[in-house]
Amino acid sequence: MNGVHDMGGMQGMGAIDIEPNEPSFHDDWEQRMFGLFLSMFAGGHYNIDEFRHGIERMGGPNYMATTYYEHWVSGMQTMLIEKGILTAEEINGRMSELAGGNS
Amino acid sequence: MASYKHTAALPDTVLRVKALESLLTEKGLIDPAALDELIDTYENRIGPRNGAQVVARAWADPEYKKRLLDDGTSAILELGFSGVQGEDMVIVENTPSVHNMIVCTLCSCYPWPVLGLPPVWFKSAPYRSRAVIDPRGVLKEFGVELDPDIEIRVWDSTAETRYMVLPLQPEGTDGMSEDELADIVQRDSMIGTAVVTAP
Repeated sequence: MNGVHDMGGMQGMGAIDIEPNEPSFHDDWEQRMFGLFLSMFAGGHYNIDEFRHGIERMGGPNYMATTYYEHWVSGMQTMLIEKGILTAEEINGRMSELAGGNS
Repeated sequence: MASYKHTAALPDTVLRVKALESLLTEKGLIDPAALDELIDTYENRIGPRNGAQVVARAWADPEYKKRLLDDGTSAILELGFSGVQGEDMVIVENTPSVHNMIVCTLCSCYPWPVLGLPPVWFKSAPYRSRAVIDPRGVLKEFGVELDPDIEIRVWDSTAETRYMVLPLQPEGTDGMSEDELADIVQRDSMIGTAVVTAP
């Protein structure tokens, strides 16, 4: 499917932002997201192509406005819901509980 | 324009990841301790030092180099490296007249077993969009200016194939041991956005 992810040859994206001595992850949630992705992949709940296609369907403006691991969060949620592993209600409900408990 | 150097995630994102982890743990689909281990492996044990060892071996052993260029996946496995995102490895060799670069314009595919996880710039829109239409301009941003006579070949990853560049061995390093050679091979030279220089 054509889409904003098909970036080869696009112009006007600006300079390349090179970070010296970059760490593997920039935040704890990125680490957890990486581990979740790999664990569920290893568990056979989706393959990498399905997961990538989940990301490609997140919508152009959203794709451009978010970072790499935020793409993964979106792809992961799409996979989990479409595979019937979790529902959107469960996820939203748990987020509300966690927000209430933490703040 | 969004910044791809990640610092502050939306609070919503942090909560969402926590929610997914807690729900999947409750359902017995993941084990948080196994997640810790996976994170540690990719953060601390798999990285460009692996690729540097492959390059050093190829420089030191012409027979190995032949096998590496012929069947990258098997030759890399000889050194004990394999796994996710390295199932179909193709090694592209730099020569005095050809310089290779790798990119994944569609996604951010990267050969994890030999290079570890990719830097943010490799996954960013500026690199993915421009590597294929202005490789010399991209190289300039990395401080690399190649002679105009040198041909640049850009390899765009497919859903399966992962590329790694075999950089040109710098002159005057023939007498070095494999370990010493591996020390001078930096990550970007195996992506093709740097060249290896003698110490």
